[in-house]
Amino acid sequence: MAHAHAHDAAHDHHDDHGPAKGLGRWLFATNHKDIGTMYMLFSLLMFFIGGGMAMVIRAELFQPGMQLVDPMFFNQMTTMHALIMIFGAVMPAFVGLANWMIPLQVGAPDMALPRMNNFSFWILPFAFTLLLATLFVPGGAPAGGWTMYPPLSQQTGDAFPMLIFAVHLMGASSIMGAINVIVTIMNMRAPGMSLLKMPIFVWTWLITAYLLIAVMPVLAGAVTMLLTDHYFGTTFFEAAGGGDPVMFQHIFWFFGHPEVYIMILPAFGIVSEIIPTFSRKPLFGYDAMVYATASIAFLSFIVWAHHMFTVGMPLAGQMFFMLATMLIAVPTGVKVFNWTATMFKGSISFEPPMLFAISFLFLFTIGGFSGLMLAIVPADFQYHDTYFVVAHFHYVLVPGAVFSLMAAAYYWLPKWTGHMYNMTLAKWHFWLSTIFVNVLFFPQHFLGLAGMPRRIPDYSTQFADWNMISSIGAFGFGLSQLLFAYIVFSCIRGGEKATDKVWDSGRPHGLEWTLSSPPPYHSFETAPEVK
Amino acid sequence: MKIVKYAAAGSIAAAALLPSGAALAAWELNMPVGVTELSRDIHGLHMLVLWVCVLIAIAVFGMMIYSIVKFRHSTGAVPANFDHSTKAEIIWTTIPVLILVGLAIPAAATLVKIEDTRDSNLTIKVTGYQWKWEYEYLDQNVKFFSTLARDSDAARQTGSGVDPYTIPNYLLEVDKPLVVPVGAKVRVLLTSNDVIHAWWVPQFGMKKDAIPGFVNELWFRADEPGIYRGQCAELCGRDHAFMPVVVHVKPQDEYESWLAEQQGGAAPAAAQAQTVENAAPVTAAVAE
Repeated sequence: MAHAHAHDAAHDHHDDHGPAKGLGRWLFATNHKDIGTMYMLFSLLMFFIGGGMAMVIRAELFQPGMQLVDPMFFNQMTTMHALIMIFGAVMPAFVGLANWMIPLQVGAPDMALPRMNNFSFWILPFAFTLLLATLFVPGGAPAGGWTMYPPLSQQTGDAFPMLIFAVHLMGASSIMGAINVIVTIMNMRAPGMSLLKMPIFVWTWLITAYLLIAVMPVLAGAVTMLLTDHYFGTTFFEAAGGGDPVMFQHIFWFFGHPEVYIMILPAFGIVSEIIPTFSRKPLFGYDAMVYATASIAFLSFIVWAHHMFTVGMPLAGQMFFMLATMLIAVPTGVKVFNWTATMFKGSISFEPPMLFAISFLFLFTIGGFSGLMLAIVPADFQYHDTYFVVAHFHYVLVPGAVFSLMAAAYYWLPKWTGHMYNMTLAKWHFWLSTIFVNVLFFPQHFLGLAGMPRRIPDYSTQFADWNMISSIGAFGFGLSQLLFAYIVFSCIRGGEKATDKVWDSGRPHGLEWTLSSPPPYHSFETAPEVK
Repeated sequence: MKIVKYAAAGSIAAAALLPSGAALAAWELNMPVGVTELSRDIHGLHMLVLWVCVLIAIAVFGMMIYSIVKFRHSTGAVPANFDHSTKAEIIWTTIPVLILVGLAIPAAATLVKIEDTRDSNLTIKVTGYQWKWEYEYLDQNVKFFSTLARDSDAARQTGSGVDPYTIPNYLLEVDKPLVVPVGAKVRVLLTSNDVIHAWWVPQFGMKKDAIPGFVNELWFRADEPGIYRGQCAELCGRDHAFMPVVVHVKPQDEYESWLAEQQGGAAPAAAQAQTVENAAPVTAAVAE
């Protein structure tokens, strides 16, 4: 049945012709490569909008005293920065990569559900237009934090229903994207490609897609309850009506913790593709990597309350969530050890994708260490809601998820465009990013430990010095990313011709490298044979 | 220790270069040890897990750096072709589990202690408001609000032009601090009148949410008299940054005369003495 389906899809596309002309190619796109490109360009745009908000935040925090913005606007910036970076930049970038790479890596002609693919992308510009429009409505943008905790989130002005509807749209888009990934992987793999022969990036995305389907509806439920509390007289989260504000936090983080892994598991996949290529050695412990990923996904469902140790839980509850959280260190450690073992006795070269992957390896691990520290409940009573937490999750999300995306872009960009990019500039981009990301986030550990709460627009003078360093790092990091945009766009426009294998390392293995660079508009119309 | 020393030395060097002329304390790197048993236990746990992480980091990063330096393509390294080892996987699954058990045991013991709010000498109900704290000494008939000090409040207005460095304890001073006796086990009941806040004094090691409709509790026993400062630690709206917590820990007799003053207003000396006597049973319990 799967084969018949693939065959039909190929006919729909009029495979003798190239892409449609003009705007129609993009509006009515059903080609996985076009949709993947749109996802990634969209996420790049969101990365710069969210990044601009981060610059406002760091500019206000450059020195003590309120210089630039009102505290309310500051809160809008922290809230919007998070929503845009999570739902607009990181997640769509991974979905874009899934669109481009999964069909190429499993030898399928396209995603299984091309029209739904179009729909799930085109929802996003509407969702984010709606979200960004909240900046201009009475009461301003949402300012209660991206976690939307009631009762504070109920104080949002006209932006409130817009926020809820935007979240619903993003959720619908993610769920459709996830269904597409699962159906494609389960039904359209090339003959001979058993599950345990799939490229590791495909594996991590398969698991991620299940996480998405499991938790996005939970988020939708949570925000719908906020909506009915606001407009329809329910009191799910209002203590005055017999509701429970803490219940929202439980529901939110039941979504929120798997969400964290939604943003890091595909990153694991990318790094697991890149390190073997440039170490000229097979991935160490492929099976262990798959099982570790699955274990992390499973554990992600039973650790949510570690985000809320200070809400006052029973002792037994705190113990359980502490131990479960600590357990995550085990499969995560296995992954780090396997990557290290892959490099061990390899023959390593340092092209830009590898540089970013190595940086990921070191800096993500630092984020892992602070994660372990946060799991220790008594210590968490000190760390909770301070800059220590901010440092922790930015270490796993920026040099973690975002660096993996940069690595992926530098790894596959020649395959996608057919051109090599400017290696020297890319290395500059790498060094500037890696140095500034540490200047930006490492001092935030110190700030948090010294007692600086997060989400504050102004602080006591004892925190002034590290904040200034952190802000300098932020400006440097932000500016360095302009280089990335320049490298990507000049690579799209032209450059030295890339070979089919792109990287002259004897590896890389994988079906995508058997195609030309760039691959034909319709690839694998006849399924390749996998031995 | 070395790393910490180097980092401290680096900070001092950096501080010398910057024109701000801020005190060295501004380059604080670590969690305060604090002045309560709980805060010292927590600090100990924090240092334990930090050093465990540092040791693991030395091993893992050392291996990564070794591989990166030793097996470079440019120096003609020839790649091996091994791709798995069940033995290695078992080893690096088991060892972390053992380390985690070693961390979990002291953490659990401290947690049990933290949750034990029995036998307190004094109970204070703390209520969060947007954006101030209300302190109520239960059964003592004392109740007052505590808000950001006036000079900080004037300086923190956007574009006020006031240099925060000229304000003593900028953003960490209140008009009326919480006052507690030294050495007493103080039980704090936390709730809120509007949105969720969190009450936190880093030197006491404890932080807990103040949630409308719910009562949370925490306890502390400050061992040294002094003034301890903290902040609201849960985003609570526009002025979340501007509702500090200040606690004066006073010797028992000073605390009692303060309490009497609060209860009696400008009461005559005799009445004041009477009040102190009334408070005596509490004192006796403290002495136990």
